[in-house]
Formats: sequence, structure tokens, C-alpha cells
Amino acid sequence: MKQHQFEVVVVGAGGAGLMAALYASKTASTAVISKLYPTRSHTGAAQGGIGAALGNLEEDHPEWHTYDTVKGSDYLGDQDAIEFMCEEAPSIVYELEHMGLPFSRTEDGKINQRPFGGHTNNDTGRPVTRACYAADRTGHMILQTLYQQSIKNKVTFYDEFQALDVIVTDDGVAGVVALEIATGEIHVFHAKSVIFATGGWGRVWEITSNAYAYTGDGVAITLRRGIPAQDMEFFQFHPTGIYKMGILITEGVRGEGGVLINGKGERFMEKEGYAPNVKELASRDVVSRAMYLEMKAGLGIEGKRYLYLDVTPEMVNKYATLDGRTRPDGTPYRVTSEEILSKLPDIIDFCETYLGINPVTQPMPVQPTAHYGMGGIPTDKFGQVVVDKKNKILPGLYAVGENGCVSVHGANRLGTNSLLDLVVFGKHSGLKAAEYARNSGYIPLPENPAAFAEEQLEALRNSDGDEHISDIGNEMKEVMFDHVGVFRTEEGMSKALGKIRELKVRFKNIKLDDKGSVFNMDILNAWELSNLLDIAEVTTVSALKRKESRGAHARDDYPERNDKKWMKHTLAWLKEDDVKLDYKDVVFTKFKPKKRVY
Amino acid sequence: MKKITLKLFRYNPETDKKPHYDTFKMEVEPTDRVLDLMEKVKGYEDGTLSFRRSCAHGVCGSCSMRINGENMLACKTLVQDLGTNKITVEPMLGLTVLKDMIVDMKPFFIHYESVMPFFVNDEPDPAQERLQSIEDRERFDDTTKCIMCGACTTSCPSFWANEEYVGPAAIVNAHRFIFDSRDKAAAERLQILNDQFGVYRCRTIFNCTVACPRDIQITKAIGEVKKAIATGNLD
Ligand SMILES: Cc1cc2nc3c(=O)[nH]c(=O)nc-3n(C[C@H](O)[C@H](O)[C@H](O)COP(=O)(O)OP(=O)(O)OC[C@H]3O[C@@H](n4cnc5c(N)ncnc54)[C@H](O)[C@@H]3O)c2cc1C
Ligand code: SF4
Ligand code: FES
Repeated sequence: MKQHQFEVVVVGAGGAGLMAALYASKTASTAVISKLYPTRSHTGAAQGGIGAALGNLEEDHPEWHTYDTVKGSDYLGDQDAIEFMCEEAPSIVYELEHMGLPFSRTEDGKINQRPFGGHTNNDTGRPVTRACYAADRTGHMILQTLYQQSIKNKVTFYDEFQALDVIVTDDGVAGVVALEIATGEIHVFHAKSVIFATGGWGRVWEITSNAYAYTGDGVAITLRRGIPAQDMEFFQFHPTGIYKMGILITEGVRGEGGVLINGKGERFMEKEGYAPNVKELASRDVVSRAMYLEMKAGLGIEGKRYLYLDVTPEMVNKYATLDGRTRPDGTPYRVTSEEILSKLPDIIDFCETYLGINPVTQPMPVQPTAHYGMGGIPTDKFGQVVVDKKNKILPGLYAVGENGCVSVHGANRLGTNSLLDLVVFGKHSGLKAAEYARNSGYIPLPENPAAFAEEQLEALRNSDGDEHISDIGNEMKEVMFDHVGVFRTEEGMSKALGKIRELKVRFKNIKLDDKGSVFNMDILNAWELSNLLDIAEVTTVSALKRKESRGAHARDDYPERNDKKWMKHTLAWLKEDDVKLDYKDVVFTKFKPKKRVY
Repeated sequence: MKKITLKLFRYNPETDKKPHYDTFKMEVEPTDRVLDLMEKVKGYEDGTLSFRRSCAHGVCGSCSMRINGENMLACKTLVQDLGTNKITVEPMLGLTVLKDMIVDMKPFFIHYESVMPFFVNDEPDPAQERLQSIEDRERFDDTTKCIMCGACTTSCPSFWANEEYVGPAAIVNAHRFIFDSRDKAAAERLQILNDQFGVYRCRTIFNCTVACPRDIQITKAIGEVKKAIATGNLD
């Protein structure tokens, strides 16, 4: 066992972790530990853009961004935090630009912007150009830029170190326990502040846009230490994943004018009951549900479980004319193949590679894909972890990025708001963690700081049953996709919960082939699966209990939102054989709940 | 479904004196990724098989390997692309093998860090964005795509011959800043690359350009850096 001491330890090197580290390291000794090389983080997969009301192409205001986000969240987002994020957005986007981020440019040399679902001009209700982008690799450019700045600022990295446990004492947090993947050695990082930024858990579901690494480690680690997880029933299904594979086709495609078409050749989003005003650019929950209903009604392409996303210039121009869409300068909106090529090069590359089709001439087969966890480790707007309904702070612990729940996304996240969340709250949690470190001492480590982590690994290594982790993982993914997906019922979710609990029992009876120390990915994959199983359980219990439909949580048996009973955040604690629930208030400032129509 | 033979390079420093190959016969879909085949082997045949992967769609740079003798991303290569039933997967050349397909990436990242791969401009930041024309932005667009997978550098005979050569990936990342109109440290980077282990090790063999999964015109970028060093200007 090796021991290290840093005032601030950041777990995770995606957009959130790197931003936190850049700010914390200005005044405190800081280390970043990451199970992947930083540039492999899933922030690099983000395509479409980062939201900020710069108004570079047309009128826009942070207040409009705030309202759209509140509405998008189906009123479950905390309005003080949302306001804070949207107000900070322009300055933080400029800051990224000053760090060298190569944004795409407008004719007059400014950061270019495109429309995205749910982002509107609040006066007219029409889509507004708010997503700041770098072609269709905005996340890649954010990740690269922040990593480059980390090198410039000599941030200390422990690459390919996997955190397994957080050390929590009665007085607060004392550090992190991690495994050095290359050697199998355990390292204890003694710290004053610990920031979790481990990303999402979309690998719970069968069809997903998420990386193999998206196994919810931060949420599972903290759950096991008695810290609750908030709003886990709200998991976003993005409307347009490549059929069967789940690989994401950015909403930016619809922003550029792409349309969704059913098996009868209809542009179904304009139907009454879906989103007759903004059509394809409604919130993701709304579009995914419409697609699901179309497919259920047998209107998938050739009756199958997919639809077409069409961005061929003929279709874009045909529907832009019907919609009367204009450019910001008032001229009619028309696109050419060249323009599509230059704005969506990666999407075209994915389609050519995996589907053998060219989206400039052919439609793309798509289906909703598991995408983003709105819930996570509960925090305030400085990323400080809060552990009960009264928002009691756990001193020294922070969570930020997708594994945190501020909550700015509520029941449904708007596209481009995650990248924004990463950098805004990454910055503030980094500052706060360093400030806390400055004003407090190291809490002594308990006697055997690595005991719990080692116990977990030993149990996996010595397990001598006959279950395959692949089987358990596949069965989990299937049942969660079928029953805790876009649409939910009491019966289906109960079935899923029974299955997950059965799988948790079977998991105790696994057998691993690899007993070694060097790059033992077998044992780490098993540990990650145990995280996913815990998260699946917490998600399902939280979802079963919420007897209403709100945002991404849509129930056939309770189709309406019920503000009287359910305008509250779920808090879930993982117990030995059960999940305990409690609820906390939503913060309101300006906006009263209204029915959501797009 | 299609019958294939998958031959995998194996080396476990804890149990093997030297590397060997394991062969698996399997039925696969022509549209399966090579990565899918490896996941199948790991999941159901041999859990000790080790390789890096994360995104599974060619954007994170984890899974660069030698597939039938050429560097490719295992997640971006479909069985049908290979045009054969025999698929051999080996780790990239020129870096130390740590276990199976996993190589030591440290030397690669040290070269990357040596070229000042970060934005430099010490003038006070304007209140809003620095302006940049569409043409100036386009000038370095290609080299912003790099995902640091290592496919280029480890396919380069000059790098195999001498691992002190910074290699194509580092030059690509220097290029990204040298030709960014907002950056102010081009001269320093050009000086770094004007070294005996810098750009002149490149013998324009083009292996890198062929290997790059992001289709970056690497040899062209290296040529532009060479020219900038020779002429002292960036046009
Ligand atoms: C395909 C795709 C496209 C998207 N497009 C957009 C978009 O256009 N706009 C937008 O706003 N959002 C988008 N999103 C969402 C957004 O990209 C993510 O929510 C966000 O990038 C998550 O960032 P993060 O910093 O929280 O996590 P990540 O970037 O995933 O980083 C997680 C980090 O944690 C580390 N880690 C994890 N577990 C451990 C552990 N146990 N020990 C040590 N380290 C660990 C990993 O190594 C990694 O460095 C997209 C998401 C996907 C999947
Ligand atoms: S230039 Fe291409 S091949 Fe080389 S590291 Fe970058 S992405 Fe990989
Ligand atoms: S797994 Fe990310 S590039 Fe292959």
C-alpha cells in the first residue's frame, strides 16, 4: 500500500474534473486520479454544443436560457442554481475561448451558435441559436483544451488509477482509496477535500450512447458510504441513437434542419399531442416518447423498432420552407450538401463507418438511446455534497459533472446544458474545495483506511461460483431497457426490481478468470458491474415510488404530472437489502409550474 | 453470420516468459466491430484477455491496435472491412507491451507534452471572445481532430528506429497551435521541432496518414511545419 497527501483530490478527469482541478490547483496542492487517460474521458464524445446566451447571431438573454432550462426540467430543477448557471454561461464560454478552444466561427469572427432542442426565444417561442459549437466535436475540444491547460499549469495526474472508496469519518472526508491498474497496488490519498467527477452510468441499459467506462463509480462509492443519491429515476433517453448500436447522432442534426420520419413517410413530430410548434426541437423526453408511441403503433420503418432521421438537403429545405424558417438575417433557410458536410463531419463519418450510408443522400435509422443521468450525488450550487432533506453539508466532499445533482436538470436535461454544468460547477467546486482546504486541517486517517476497498476486491477475487459477469450484465441491461426505459408501468418496474435483486444474489456467485495483479480488467469490470447493479436497484425503487409522469420519468399508469404530491426531489439510501427513500423540496424563485407544451 | 478465426497476441508478465498467440473460432456478424469480438472472447472464453477501450465509437483513442498488420481502432473496424475470415490482433509496435494489447503509453505522452501542446497568449483577455475569421479557423481545423490514439507514431519506421523521435502525433498537436492565429508561441514550438529528434526524422513514408482513424492529413501537416521552420513564416 502506498500513501499520498494532497489538499484536494479530484476523482475523474473529464470536463468537470479538469475544470475543478484547474481552479483548485491555483491555491491548493491538487491531484487528479482517473481510471482512463484524461483524454479518453467521455466528455470527448459530446458533439453538439455548449449552451450560453451570447446572442452572437440573434437576440438572446440568460433569463431566457434560465426559463427554458426550468421548463425543460419539468419544474423539478432548483431555480436558484439554474439561474446561477445560465448567468455564468456567457463568461465561462468566453473563458474557454480564451484558453484556446477552437470554436467554429460566424462571418464576423465570433463564436458560432446553432439551435438545440428546448432552447427558445421566449417572446416568439421559436428555436433560438444558443448552442456554441466546434463543428460536431464540441466535447472533444473542451476536453482537449482543459487537458492542455492542465499540462500548462502542471496539474498532477495519476492516470489509470481507479478509485474504489472514499474515506468518510465523523468529522468529514479524509481521502480516497484507489487501485493502480497497471500494478494492482492500493494507494491511499489522504486529502482535505475530495471532488467526485466520475461521469454517468448509462451502461445500466442495453441500447446506450455511453462509454464502457460509464459505470457510475462515484455514485456507487458514495451510496456504499451512506450518502444518498438524488432523483435517480430521471434518466434521459436521447431520441436519436443509431439503430441497435446506440451511438449518438447529435441533436445538432435536427438543429441544422434534420427531420424525423415514420414508416408512412410522415413528419410525425408535428402531430397534435407531440410538439406542433417546435417539432423536432422539442425537449428530448418529448421527442423520445413520440418516437416510442409511433413505433408502438406499428409506424416504425418497415414496422421495425426504428425511425428515420433525415438531413438530406432536399428534405431539410422542403420542411424549412413549410415551416417558414429563416436565417437570423431574415433570408429563407436553405442548406447545401457542402454545408452539412462541414458542420457535421463526425456524424457523417459514424454513419459511413457503422451503417455504410451517407447522411447527405440517405436517411439515418435511429431509436432512443440511454444517454444521461439527471440524478446523482446531491450537492448545493458550489458542488458541496449535501446528505439529507435539510441539505446538511458533508464537510470536504464535492461532486460535479454528470455524477452530481445540483439540481439544474431536474426531470429532463436540455441539450448543451451538461457541458455548461461541467465547467460552471467544476469551476466553483474547485474554488470551494481549495477554500475549505485552506481553512481546515487534515482529518486523521482511520486505522485501516483501505480495508473496505480491499474487502470488496478480495470478495471478487476469491468468489468461486459458476456465474459469468457477462450474463449478469446482459440480463440487467435488457430488463432495465424494457421496463425502466422511455415508458414505465408498475408491473414492468416491479418485474425489473425482482430481476435486479435476483442478479445481485447471483453476483455473489461469480467466477473470474483473472487472478493476477497487472491490468486485471476482469476484476475491475466485475466491480463496475456491482456498481451498475446497485444503481439499477436505486433507480428502479425511486421510479416505482414516484406515481406520476414528469420529464424523463413517463408512466403509462400515471400519465400526468402531479405537482401537489410530487413536486419534490427523491433521496435514496442504499441499505443492506433495501433502498430507503426520503424527499426534499424543490427551490423556486421566479417561475411557477405550468403545463409544458412545445 | 460469418465464420472467422480470431488470432490474438497474448502476453501476461505474471505468468508468461514470452508472448504467444491464442486462436478462437467464432461466428460473427459482418458488421461486428473487432472490439465486439474481443469483448466476446473476454466475456465468454477467457476473462484474462486485456485491452483498453471506452467509447466504442472511435472518439476516445483507447483501442488502437494492430489488426491484420495495420494500426486501427478496434471499435472503428468492422469485420466486413477486413475482407478476410482471418483476423489477427496485436499490440501497437514501438512501445513496451505491458499485457496483451496494452502498451506503455508514457513515452508517447512525454513526446506530446514536449511540444507545448497548449494555447499561449499572454495579452490581457478581451471582455468577450477573441475574434478569428472562418478562414483562420479553418487553417488548423484538421489537426484539432486528434484523439491521441498513437496509431500514427507507432506505425512510423523512424519512430521504431529511434524512440526519441517526437513522432507524428506530437507534431500534429504542435501544428494545431502553430497555425492558430490567436496563439503567440509558434516560434518556440518551431524551435523545439527544429531538433535532431524533431520534424526532420520524418521521411514522408505516409504510414501515419494511412493509419490515422481521424483521417488527419498528417504528412501534409508535418510538411507545413517543416516549411515554416525553413522559411520562418506561417503562410
Ligand atoms: C455521445 C454523447 C454526446 C453528448 N453531447 C453533449 C452535448 O453536445 N452537449 C452537452 O452539454 N452534453 C452532451 N453530452 C453529455 C456530456 O457530454 C456528459 O454528461 C459530460 O461530458 C460528462 O462529463 P463528466 O466530466 O461528468 O464525466 P466524463 O467526461 O465522463 O469523465 C469521467 C471521468 O471520471 C473518471 N472515472 C470514472 N470512474 C472512476 C473511478 N472509479 N476512479 C477514477 N476515475 C474514474 C474517468 O476516467 C473520466 O476521466 C453528451 C454525452 C454523450 C454520451
Ligand atoms: S494524429 Fe491521428 S493517428 Fe495520430 S494520434 Fe492523432 S488521431 Fe491518432
Ligand atoms: S474505444 Fe474509444 S476509440 Fe475505440
